[in-house]
Parts: sequence; structure tokens; C-alpha cells
Amino acid sequence: MKYIDVVQFGAASLRGSRARTLLMILAMSIGVAAVVVLTALGEGARRYVINQFSSLGTNLVLVFPGRSETAGIGPGMLLGQIPRELSLDDAQALLRSRAIGRIAPLTIGSSLISKDAKNREVIVLGSTASLLEVRHMSLGQGQFLPAGDVHASESVCVLGAKIKRELFGKESGVGAWVRLGDRRFRVVGVMASQGESMGFNTDEIVIVPVASAHMLFNTSGLFRILVEAKSRDAIEQAKHDTETILFARHNGERDVTVVTQDAVLATFDRILRALTLAVGGIAAISLAVAGILIMNVMLIAVSQRVQEIGLLKALGAPAAQIRTLFFAEAVILSGVGSIVGLLLGEAGVLVIAKIYPSLPVAAPWWAVLAAIGTSLGTGILFSVWPARRAARLDPVTALAGR
Amino acid sequence: MIQFENVSRSFMVGGQEVAALRDINLSIAAGDYVSIMGPSGSGKSTLLNLIGLLDRPSSGIYKLDGGNVTALNDEQQARVRSEKIGFVFQSFHLVPRLTAAMNIELPLILAGIPVPERRMRVAQLLQNYGLTDRADHRPDQLSGGQRQRVAIARATSMHPSVLLADEPTGNLDQTTGREVINLLEQLTEQNVTLILVTHDPAIGGRAKRQLHMVDGQIVSKTET
Repeated sequence: MKYIDVVQFGAASLRGSRARTLLMILAMSIGVAAVVVLTALGEGARRYVINQFSSLGTNLVLVFPGRSETAGIGPGMLLGQIPRELSLDDAQALLRSRAIGRIAPLTIGSSLISKDAKNREVIVLGSTASLLEVRHMSLGQGQFLPAGDVHASESVCVLGAKIKRELFGKESGVGAWVRLGDRRFRVVGVMASQGESMGFNTDEIVIVPVASAHMLFNTSGLFRILVEAKSRDAIEQAKHDTETILFARHNGERDVTVVTQDAVLATFDRILRALTLAVGGIAAISLAVAGILIMNVMLIAVSQRVQEIGLLKALGAPAAQIRTLFFAEAVILSGVGSIVGLLLGEAGVLVIAKIYPSLPVAAPWWAVLAAIGTSLGTGILFSVWPARRAARLDPVTALAGR
Repeated sequence: MIQFENVSRSFMVGGQEVAALRDINLSIAAGDYVSIMGPSGSGKSTLLNLIGLLDRPSSGIYKLDGGNVTALNDEQQARVRSEKIGFVFQSFHLVPRLTAAMNIELPLILAGIPVPERRMRVAQLLQNYGLTDRADHRPDQLSGGQRQRVAIARATSMHPSVLLADEPTGNLDQTTGREVINLLEQLTEQNVTLILVTHDPAIGGRAKRQLHMVDGQIVSKTET
């Protein structure tokens, strides 16, 4: 018997019970489509986070005050101590390392900004001229913070795109004066509109020199220091140098947390990949269910077609051939099911991409392979028993329909 | 050439051994026309199943064309069935979802005959049995006589040397039954061995050789 005949025979039997075949294909394809869509979503979320994180800058090492940010209450706090703050001089000292290219100290606070009668609450970021490059920001018009002495509290500010729009409308705004808290600042530049990144909307901030921010909020500590290593290879060295320098400056106390951007990125990557695998795995369970459905249907088919099996035996079909025929039916079912499922899944991904254009959804190739593999695998696995049962029937009793 | 030497067949029924065939010795020459008659339960169908290799004897030897076929394994027996034996059943046993032409083609497909040869043989058979205009009809669109003609065409598609018919007229009215018997008898003229199981003496009496069975034994042989 030729393969093409086996396929044709199987297809003919499947066409014979149309409703059942369509339902089976539906079950199989929903399983495959679920795997494709869910892994595409998971993968999309992963890529989204990675992209967002990379857009923060490259080769970054982040320095936080305090030993661990997530610990909540450290032992020092119970003794009435607060972690030693990071000072601007700490930040400047880091530039002594040969592995470190640029640094950008960050102070953060919120204040009222007003221009004539308009005012609103804004997040004020205190930093230096290097922030623009370290943080990969782009300027819309005017200039960024002036370079020079970081301790100089110049009264200049750079506005986020949305803040500028709200205060100045269509006017350029550069050169005008605004009031931040109890001080007046001259607008030297406006950021280009960038939208949200990592939950932080750069369109709605005002950037001032770090020393000015310290005066504005009456502090001297830093919220973060962004350290940019000179190259990708220098990241580890930069991290090490940062730790050593700050250790020395803080009288031999390790009271800062230093993490590389890569480490944070890798953690996110792992978490989200695990998430993708988990949702993919859950979807794969539906494939296994579809496989059991196939087995059920094939078993029914065997008992409904007992006479036909007897006939095939009488016509000279050996047991192996009958096994092959039933096997082929299951393979066709799951094959067509996975193709339909893939198309459904890809269509679903397209729809999601239309609805959420910012989410880079795409089913990873391994998920597509796994989905097809699982559906074919379950289809084949669960048809072994029915096929064997069919092949083992005694021709005389089968022909009698018993 | 069919030869049975001391063939017995017994079944286990409710833990008790029941003999369906007892010690049958029988020899049927190629081209013979044999009818097997007897009351129900006399072992006619069991004998036919043994000849058709659908069943195995409990003891004894069955030789087909000189070879001992009882010694063959299932796969080899399937091959012998495919090449040498054709079946015609009382209830036709056509595959309901396949057309008349595809039903006739089925043994050829199973045997792996190439497509052009298959097409030719099927067209010829459809013509021989007056089914050409019914080729694309499914069994439920055919009359009883047409269905049995399809079944006979299918049984002869592999040019078997032995044709086994188990009550071929049982589900047909008298006129169509007679037509079917005529078709089967025409085959014996082409040197096909025809073995016919029936309980209708009018049909069984037409055979050159008539075997009467009672209680698993051949009680009389009539030669005409």
C-alpha cells in the first residue's frame, strides 16, 4: 500500500464523519493557538522590558545608598541610624577609576512649578550635564544643563516636553523664567518627547543642576549615581572600583548597593522567560487534553468500524497495515489541527500587535516548534492504543460486527 | 486446489469446548463449483472461514495450491487472502463512505497496485458488472442487487483463484438473487473455484458438487 493511498484513505474516513473531525481539529488548533499566543505575549513582555531597560543607557552600573534597597528595615534602623547618604563628592570621586567614563548623580523630589498664573506639581530631577548621554535622553530644543562645577547651583532648568506644553503652549519657552518652589529658574532647554520608560515619564519632569536640587529640597544626599563604564568589558571593573572607592570614603563601611545594569537585565530576562515557559506549559496541557480527545475519538471510530476492519482483513490487509491506517488518521487530524492552530495563533498575535503596538509580541520559534511537536506527539501517542486494538480484532467476529 | 486433512475446529463457549468442525477431509479442485448446505450451526460458515484463512483450525492441515497454509503467520496469510481469495458476503460489507468505484478499488489499493493499472481494472469491472453509471454512487444510493454486484466486482478485482460466497443471496429478492448467482457461475467458467454457502436448496442444487453438513461433519457429497 502506497503512502499516498494511506493518506487518501485516512482523509476519506475523516470526511466520512465530518462533524466529529471538525470538532477534533478545533480542539487541537485551539491548543496550538493557545501555546502560540501565550508564548508570544510572554516573549513580547520580555522583549518590552529588555528594550525599556536598555533604553536607560548602556554599560551602566547603578549605585544606591543603603546596603540593600528591598530589606525595608535594616539592623541599623533599629539602632536609630539611617544609612549614610551618598554625597556629590562620593559621585565625583568615582571618576578616579580608569574603568569609569561618565557619571550622573541623581537627586529626586517634587515641587510646584509655576509660570505666571499656571502652576502644577512636577517631579524635579537634580543631575549634571552628563545625564543626557548617560541616560540616552534626547533634547528637543535649547541646551541641556551647563557642564562645569557640579557644586554650582545655577538657576537653570530643562523642561520635559509635556510640562513645556502646559506652561508655554506653542511658544518655545527657552529663555523664559519659571518658579520652582521658592526659586526662580531660567529655562535653557526642552526635552524631546520620549514617552514613558520603566514607569517614569520623562515628559513630565523638570531637570535642574544637582546642587540647585539640593538647595531646593534642603538635602545633600543622592538618590542614585548612574555610572557608565568605558566599555562593555569594563563593567565589572567599574563595579569593583565603585565599591572600593565608596568603601574607602565611607570609613570602611559597605553601606551602598552597587548593581550592574546587566545583572538587573539578566534577572528580568530570567523571570520573564520563566513566565513565558509557564504560560506556554499551561497551554500545552490543553494540547494533551486534545490528544486524549483524539484517543477517545479513535477508540469510538474503531468500535464503529469493526465491520470495516474485518472487511479490510478479509481483503488481505495485514495487521500492520490496519495499524498504519488508523495511525494515519490520527496524524492527519493532529497535523491539520496544528496547521490551523498555527494560523489562528499567528492571527491572534497580529490582532494583539494591532491593539498594543508598543508590545513587541512574536511567538518564539521554539514555542512554535514545541506546539507542533506536542500536538503531533500527542496525536500519535494517543492513537497507538486504538490502532493496536483495531489491528488485533479477529476477522470473523469483526465481520459479524460483534 | 484446496485440501483439508483431518481438520477440526472447536470453540470455548462458557468454559466448555464445543466442536464446530470434526475431522473434515476434503479436497476441491481448481475451477470446481461447490455448494455447502446444512442447517444453521452445522459448521458451514466455520468451514468457509477456514478456507478463507479468516480462522485457524484447532488441528489438522489445510493445503492451498499444494502449500501448507496453516503453518503461515498472520501476515503471510493476509498475503494469501489478498492474492488468491475473494469474499462475497450476505450483508455485502461495502464501506459506506466510499463510492462504488472506490469499494471495488479497495483490494487493489491494499495490495499496492500502481494507479494506472488500478484505474483500468476498476473501469473494466464496472463495465463487466453493468455499474459504469453507478461508479460514483455510495452504497446507500444503490439497490441490493447493485450492492452485491459491487461486492462481487471487488471480490474478483485481484483475480483470485478461489471465490467464497457466504449466503450471497440472503438479503436479496428472488430475481436479483438469481442474477447474482448467474454472475458467480460465470466466474467458474474462467477457472475460478467457487464455494457457496447457502441453506436454499434451489441455489445449492445448481452446483456441480454439493456438500451437506450436519453437526460439524460432511454427511453427504452429491456430484452432478
